[in-house]
Amino acid sequence: MIYGLRDLMPGSEHEVKVISRRFDLPNSASIDTYLANEGYQAFLKARKMTQDEIIEEVKKSGLRGRGGAGFSTGMKWSFVPKNIQKPRYIVCNADESEPGTCKDRLLMQFDPHEIIEGMMIAGLAIDAHKGFIYIRGEYRFLIEIVEKAIDEAYARGWLGKNIQGTGFDFDCVAHSGAGAYECGEESALLESLEGKRGIPRIRPPFPAVAGLYQSPTILNNVETFATVPAIILKGGDWYHALGTPKNGGTKLTNISGHVKRPGCYELPLGISLRKAIYEVAGGMEGDKKIKAIIPGGSSTPMLVPDQLDTPMDFDSMAKQGTFLGSGGLVVMNEDTCMVEVALRVMRFYSHESCGWCIPCREGTTWLKKMLTRFHAGGGEERDINLINELAQAMLGRTFCPLGDAAAMPMISAVKHFRADFEAHLNGNKCPYEGRQ
Amino acid sequence: MTFSAPLEKRFARMLQSYPQKRSALVPMLMYAQDEVGSLTDEVIAEIADRLGVTVLQVNEVIGYYSMMHKKPLGQYHVQVYTNISCMLRGGFKVWDHARKTLGIGHKQVDADGRFSLEEVECIGSCCWAPAMQVNYDYHHNVTPESFDRVINELKKGGGQ
Ligand SMILES: Cc1cc2nc3c(=O)[nH]c(=O)nc-3n(C[C@H](O)[C@H](O)[C@H](O)COP(=O)(O)O)c2cc1C
Ligand code: FES
Repeated sequence: MIYGLRDLMPGSEHEVKVISRRFDLPNSASIDTYLANEGYQAFLKARKMTQDEIIEEVKKSGLRGRGGAGFSTGMKWSFVPKNIQKPRYIVCNADESEPGTCKDRLLMQFDPHEIIEGMMIAGLAIDAHKGFIYIRGEYRFLIEIVEKAIDEAYARGWLGKNIQGTGFDFDCVAHSGAGAYECGEESALLESLEGKRGIPRIRPPFPAVAGLYQSPTILNNVETFATVPAIILKGGDWYHALGTPKNGGTKLTNISGHVKRPGCYELPLGISLRKAIYEVAGGMEGDKKIKAIIPGGSSTPMLVPDQLDTPMDFDSMAKQGTFLGSGGLVVMNEDTCMVEVALRVMRFYSHESCGWCIPCREGTTWLKKMLTRFHAGGGEERDINLINELAQAMLGRTFCPLGDAAAMPMISAVKHFRADFEAHLNGNKCPYEGRQ
Repeated sequence: MTFSAPLEKRFARMLQSYPQKRSALVPMLMYAQDEVGSLTDEVIAEIADRLGVTVLQVNEVIGYYSMMHKKPLGQYHVQVYTNISCMLRGGFKVWDHARKTLGIGHKQVDADGRFSLEEVECIGSCCWAPAMQVNYDYHHNVTPESFDRVINELKKGGGQ
């Protein structure tokens, strides 16, 4: 079934609605609602700006990529060379498959035109006339919604040739993936969009120089593109001021796990973890204690309750040795077995490793086997250090960051929760069994 | 071979959409699979021919993507999600229950081809966990009881 806004966004007084501001309107996904509520006005405004002015405004906003890496969007756009005589492309990453992350789907469901408009503005900024939205195959219902939005935009003259008499042409295509986490990685995504296996490419060259069909390409996350129209309309400074210095704006944040009100919330960057968990998400179910927090999707190193006052922005998370990532907060209570968590996370990465490079393919498989044996009570004391060493050996040595994504949570699991590992030694069965 | 008229229309549009035809490969395989039921040798040869690639190149792609399959699944493909957020909220209980109720295991199809089952990773429903998908249809906050309701509906011929 298709769930409505109330089911997905429970709402909170701490929310600051920028990209989700239209979600609540009747028929929010339709072009009529969009046009009646500032829709495509940012495109018209940007059309009167120079390419450098557009990029400057995006830089000023402090917008950092919402797909996980947090790289400055304006900077990324400025890397597209002006002198390459090739077609340029805009690619929107809607592969959303990092466990803990379920935010881009709301933008596609409730305001698809906002994404299209953001891509058009990127098109203006680098003189690109074609955009692709790569949507994970499981999201078929969203592909249908986005396709409908694209058709409406063509029918009403907001896509196609000479858009609204501005002389600017832009085409947009929704593209279905077919079940592969690795295809969320930008270079693997481009391979997949070219009709191949999603194997990552060596960089440099980066997509800005040689992306889709080896042409200059801007590739951003859904939420990143969706933010651009508001920045152009209201100004980079306005947007920046909603967040913290160097971490401009708001972020769709997913809070899942053992909280009372799990859901998606649009929060200003810099809100503390404590506030997000206890005020926004209503605190812990059954008022249990927090044991661990995954701050930004399953690949980010875990935090412990001592770190609850960390502001949720890119730089503050980095100071704690972790990442804001995609904004997928997973909160675990005191009854959670961290060996089981580590095992489940590693099963995922071992399943999703594309098999191209050896440290990732073998490392994830070995760790999965070891953790399976360990959780079943077949672990030995020396395994605990071995898990850490193996993960450390993968760090920075894999072809793409999937290997790091798999290794980092293991290192943090052993560091923070050694006692849980020790409790499984000597053939003991999992001490947490039956406690959830 | 030809596909249904709406699908032929979709394919014709796809071939216009990409600067290089081969880009249509992954979505074409997905939509063809949905219509035919699986990626048969005939489908593979047809799509290879239309896109100007070899059968081997198509097979290489099929082997990579987890949603592509050469053998038919059940009429209702039940996918239970057990990644971290789902696990924390009872995803494994639903998974165990699903195996017992349907009498089949991971990636198996039942005797009359009605149901197939798969344990899967994460479909972006982490906040409404545990999640389940039947074909492309989403179900949130699944419990063994709500699982039974969905399956019974399908058995009665309701649902999608
Ligand atoms: C294994 C892996 C999976 C990724 N999955 C996604 C994804 O599903 N969605 C996404 O936007 N970015 C994903 N990324 C990040 C992309 O490579 C890329 O940095 C991002 O899409 C750039 O957009 P942004 O600058 O707007 O964040 C993934 C990265 C890796 C290494
Ligand atoms: S962890 Fe279950 S849908 Fe994401």
